[in-house]
Amino acid sequence: MEQLLQQIASGLASGAIYACVALALVMIFTATEHLNFAQGEMAMFSTYLCWQLLQWGLGFWTALAIAAGLSFIIGVLIERIILRPLQGASALSVVVVFIGLLAIFHSMAGAIWSHTIKTFPSPFPEVAFAGSGIIGAHQIGMVAVTILMLSALFAFFRFTTLGLAMRAAAQNPTSARLVGVNVDWMLALGWGLAAAIGAVAGAMVAPVVYLEPNMMSSILLYGFAGALVGGISSPGGAVFGGFLVGVLENLVAYFGNLTEKMFGVYIIGNGEKLSVALIIVITILTLKPAGLFGHVITKRV
Amino acid sequence: MPIANVSRRGLSLGALGAVLGFALAAGPALAQKKYDEGATDTEIKIGQTMPYSGNASAYGKIGQTEVAVFKMINDQGGINGRKINFISLDDGYSPPKTVEMTRKLVEEDKVLFMFNQLGTPPNSAIHKYMNAKKVPQLFVATGASKWGNPKEFPWTMGWQPDYATEGAIYAKHILSTVKDAKIAVLMQNDDYGKDYYNGFKAGLGKDNEKLIVQFSTYEVTDPTVDSQMIQLKNSGANVFFNITTPKFAAQAIKKAAEIGWKPTHYLNNVSASFGAVFVPAGVEQSQGIITALYQKDVTDTQWEKSPDFVAWKEFMAKYMPNADLKDQNHAYGYEVASTLMQVLKQCGDDLTRENIMKQAASLKDYETPMLLPGIKINTSATNFYPIQSVRLARVKGNTVELFGEIMSSNN
Repeated sequence: MEQLLQQIASGLASGAIYACVALALVMIFTATEHLNFAQGEMAMFSTYLCWQLLQWGLGFWTALAIAAGLSFIIGVLIERIILRPLQGASALSVVVVFIGLLAIFHSMAGAIWSHTIKTFPSPFPEVAFAGSGIIGAHQIGMVAVTILMLSALFAFFRFTTLGLAMRAAAQNPTSARLVGVNVDWMLALGWGLAAAIGAVAGAMVAPVVYLEPNMMSSILLYGFAGALVGGISSPGGAVFGGFLVGVLENLVAYFGNLTEKMFGVYIIGNGEKLSVALIIVITILTLKPAGLFGHVITKRV
Repeated sequence: MPIANVSRRGLSLGALGAVLGFALAAGPALAQKKYDEGATDTEIKIGQTMPYSGNASAYGKIGQTEVAVFKMINDQGGINGRKINFISLDDGYSPPKTVEMTRKLVEEDKVLFMFNQLGTPPNSAIHKYMNAKKVPQLFVATGASKWGNPKEFPWTMGWQPDYATEGAIYAKHILSTVKDAKIAVLMQNDDYGKDYYNGFKAGLGKDNEKLIVQFSTYEVTDPTVDSQMIQLKNSGANVFFNITTPKFAAQAIKKAAEIGWKPTHYLNNVSASFGAVFVPAGVEQSQGIITALYQKDVTDTQWEKSPDFVAWKEFMAKYMPNADLKDQNHAYGYEVASTLMQVLKQCGDDLTRENIMKQAASLKDYETPMLLPGIKINTSATNFYPIQSVRLARVKGNTVELFGEIMSSNN
């Protein structure tokens, strides 16, 4: 029983990681209707920026704020300089650019900061509390930050004029332009925000998985799964999806192991946990293509 | 026939000249000069593939170090007067690319042999090709146990201790030192992990295999091994054999401490590094971890004054001034390149592919710089495993403490 609780808690913790990445993916998707394959590597690069600032002696939250700010600028620049000329190009060309960006950020990080893994400090205190054997302080902090970020985004889109303008620009560019929204800049803003979210996600992930150029490459896959299962157009759904994938994979491994212990037959285990989690994702998507919380976007042609 | 018109005298003079010329060429000093493609009076051409890009690009440092070592050798006048021409190409750790690059090096660039190519999958992809072409595939940079098979693959040789041997050594140590051992194993689910695990099981023996109470695997694509560590702890095991690559090793050590699991911890050599594992995981949490070593850890302060370590540091300062001195790969590349220099020295002026393999298989108690005291390289026509011994060591404070005898698979 204790193990089951530990597994669920550990699943929630890794779920928080996936949720952060999923959130950044949703951000770019809502703003531009593209799935950014370079999202993970951009977040990894932002985390290195944050690490560098920490090395120079800044406090954690200051460093993170500056890194998020820098990432925001980098995100905006990428949109303005690299993606703007591709406006109207086929989806395939955009995908190629994303893959190119992925490779560029990956090699740049390796060249600048080397491939040896680096420790990244946790901003949360190491305290013992009831249940600390089941879930660590950093894990709780990570879940909290994810939920905080989600609420902030929700408030931004719901209650600010800028948020409204961004939604308008994404959903109906022509009408948005007519009422005076600068659609081009809204897209760039979406990229900037996604990059900033990525920086926060990276800084939350790095204390657990260690900082290295490959840090995000495997997480991105889980982030995609989370975003799709929750609904790629819904930030809340993406976060829920992230948590769901995290808990599911641990439970698959747990019950697989239990069956093996009790009946001596190996059916599923650690090796298959990702496959099983992804099968569940596919099942959900087959039944509900827009994801659990996504809304079907209808386009008038 | 035209030859019939040549006068008898002319013919005999010609014959004399030919005989003289032959005699000169076969003079005693130059008698053994024999070359295959890729070797001349002035140059030895060597090929290599390395993952300079892609997921395994961290190992690219090995190739860069070897390039630098050969530059140093050339600056010092080369090997037996010949300069090394080392062509190291990027294969991105992708076997099809390894095949393409290797064929280019062998068939177009006509290298004398291939040296220290990295990774089990890339080397497996060219294993048969190299042996069919009879071009040496020398000192491959992988610890798989299949590289030391001179009967079937006489043109392939490994270098470092193989994983299976190391696994067996841990098993024997557990059997002789831990009472009522209940063993938990964490294994990376690929050929590397299985090689270790099979060696470990062989070392335990059939009767003792039941001592393994929990066996959990992870995939390289898993973000963390947290879930596995919880399984292992809950099995009630008191011994932990940790078959993981550096990032996951650090995660496992850290998680074990977090959930309060304190088994006797055996960590595979692949991850026995302060810079890449113990420091990131927390040196305090790493105390007491047992591992098997054959080379000096570049981040271990106890070697700072030994002459080979000083020489390595001088080399690094001069030829790789911007490199990360905490990266063990720089030492590894230096060690393998040094072993190759010994082989080429022994070859003298007989630079045929056959002689390269013959000399590589005739290393006697050779001590490569940066190996642990007492670890020697020995090869023979039937033994294609250059380094076969290791020393057990325990993490103590900021360094490792060697203990016990030198161990190899035979004892």
